[in-house]
Amino acid sequence: MVSTLPAAPAKLVAQPDLRATRVAKHYGAFRAVDDLSLEVARGSFFSILGPSGCGKTTLLRMIAGFLEADSGDILIGGKPMNGVPPNKRPVNMVFQHLALFPMMNVGDNVGYGLARRGVAKDEIKRRVGNMLERVSLSGAQNKRVDQLSGGQKQRVAIARSLVLEPTLLLLDEPLGALDLKLREHMKIELKQLQAAFGTTFVYITHDQSEALVLSDHVAVMNQGKFEQVGTPQQLYYEPQTPFVAGFVGANNRMAGRATSVLGEQVSVTTAKGLVIPARAIGKLAQGDAVEAFVRPEVARLVQDAAVLADAGLPSYSARVESLLFDGANSAVLLQEAVTQTEFRIALPQTGEFAHLSVGQAVTFGFDPQRVVCFAAGTSSNAHVFS
Amino acid sequence: MSLAETPDVSRNSARLMLMLLLAPALLWLLGLIVLPHLELGILSLRHRVAPRVYEPSLAQFATFIDEPLYWHTFVRTALMSIVATAITLLMAFPIAWTIAKIARGRVKSMMFVMCLIPFWVSETVRTLGWMILLRESGVLPALLVGLGVTPAPIEMLYHDATILVGLVYTSMLFMVIPLISALESLDDSLIEAAYDLGGNGWSILRQIVIPHAAPGIVAGCIVVFMLTLGNYLTPTLLGGKNSQWFTEQIYTQFITRFNWEQGAAFGFLLLGLSTAIVWAGLKLSGQKFGEVMQRS
Repeated sequence: MVSTLPAAPAKLVAQPDLRATRVAKHYGAFRAVDDLSLEVARGSFFSILGPSGCGKTTLLRMIAGFLEADSGDILIGGKPMNGVPPNKRPVNMVFQHLALFPMMNVGDNVGYGLARRGVAKDEIKRRVGNMLERVSLSGAQNKRVDQLSGGQKQRVAIARSLVLEPTLLLLDEPLGALDLKLREHMKIELKQLQAAFGTTFVYITHDQSEALVLSDHVAVMNQGKFEQVGTPQQLYYEPQTPFVAGFVGANNRMAGRATSVLGEQVSVTTAKGLVIPARAIGKLAQGDAVEAFVRPEVARLVQDAAVLADAGLPSYSARVESLLFDGANSAVLLQEAVTQTEFRIALPQTGEFAHLSVGQAVTFGFDPQRVVCFAAGTSSNAHVFS
Repeated sequence: MSLAETPDVSRNSARLMLMLLLAPALLWLLGLIVLPHLELGILSLRHRVAPRVYEPSLAQFATFIDEPLYWHTFVRTALMSIVATAITLLMAFPIAWTIAKIARGRVKSMMFVMCLIPFWVSETVRTLGWMILLRESGVLPALLVGLGVTPAPIEMLYHDATILVGLVYTSMLFMVIPLISALESLDDSLIEAAYDLGGNGWSILRQIVIPHAAPGIVAGCIVVFMLTLGNYLTPTLLGGKNSQWFTEQIYTQFITRFNWEQGAAFGFLLLGLSTAIVWAGLKLSGQKFGEVMQRS
């Protein structure tokens, strides 16, 4: 077991564990996966994030070998996988509903793959014992699958795959079926397990929080293509497309026209006449249709407009439309005074605005450097608050 | 009516309703199963010493043991039924798998209807159909001569294989239906997971599919075995004089020989045989009767 664990993740990239080159899968005219290329470094946690129907499951099933790509190459651990069936690939998969074998006990579930490889019984017993110990389920060999809790099942499913020491572990939204509390807990556990084993994980999810919390790198996928690949921080702070800005994290989306362009600085005027200074991503010209994105936590609520003016920031008067209390994620829905534009703004946790009430007049502003602006129409999306 | 009485009244009416709903089934059980069997039980345990004079005796069962023809037929019927059940299972499994797991939408319902269609015709007519196909002057022997496979038409009726063909054909649907329901409840991702973990077709069938479908398999086997063991028409028509099916012996005793005592004893022996073999089958497959019957 110890022998095959890579020593240090991410940085010592001799050769990526997974490399896909121009992989495509079409269903009639529908391009489920459209000329995609990706590389996943050894020992890293890579997520593919996208809305349902974006092709991420198709991509994962091609990597696992359940689907054959129409074109392109998939290399795993440097070896081409064209025509190699799933049972011969150095890849294992954790299924959406885990797919533990109910007709076997925990020990037989974990030992299944080893038995199929013809490993001797004593050796299977020893390795299964070690593996269960590593996922904190020592002595659970004789339990039935239905005696386990959701989190324990998850760990058995991962143990069942990792005991085979795969080059790559694929995870197909394994947390989707869990309730919120357990999901939060399992996120942390997954990350710790990945760090402990050092196996390369490829994780697909539609839940941006899972992708951001767990991953070293995330690919945001939409309509069969990657919109952007980067670290969670890059995706969040430096989105390269409007889709990424809308899909990763919450955002206020403002459509309008670029009324002045000065280097990176753009002034966006919305149809209702609101003027928003922003930073351009990509080339924009005056008069272009654009979309600006203001994150709820980028905007600042102040009691006194002078505070913003002193900092050289634009300020807007608004009226509180509703309060969205959600503990640390509380927000306030504002209506800008002149244009009636709706803004969602994070409520500061300092207590300064604890007594805000509906209808109250407030002032808000933001740093134009942290408001991103794209040419409109590069991709359509409805995820204004995703 | 006071409030306190209401639950009592409603409980009584619920009980009455239950009794009414169960009444046809209970009457059927009592009138057609329990009473005749009691009567037959009494018949089988008496012996005629003079006209209209009977005394309790085990003579009928002694005859069964002493006369080799009877117990040969008995064992033969049991073995042939087991073979027919096994062949039905082997043939029905791929069909059920195709309908449950591979076919989709209209093809699926079409295939299911194709399994059902033969049952719109009575068993007699279906068996006569086999006779038209297989008899010496029938379709298949003529075809074989035409193709030059055989120099003269051969008689394909009246062989054990012919009986098996007829029995398997008659039983197929009763095996396919429980198998489909058992296989449909098998999550496809279990098969994919096993495949992903290094399993191949055979090991997945043995370790995942069959254990999951076991109650359905056993349910189908029980139904088919009982239908086959108790079948009279198919073995008689397709096997002719050589068929030696135990139900024929019972028929002969009751109708031809008018020896109701012997016939009743044979009836009980057949009942005992089917019970014993079903019990042994359940023991061997590790299934429970209640669970299995819920699946069929």
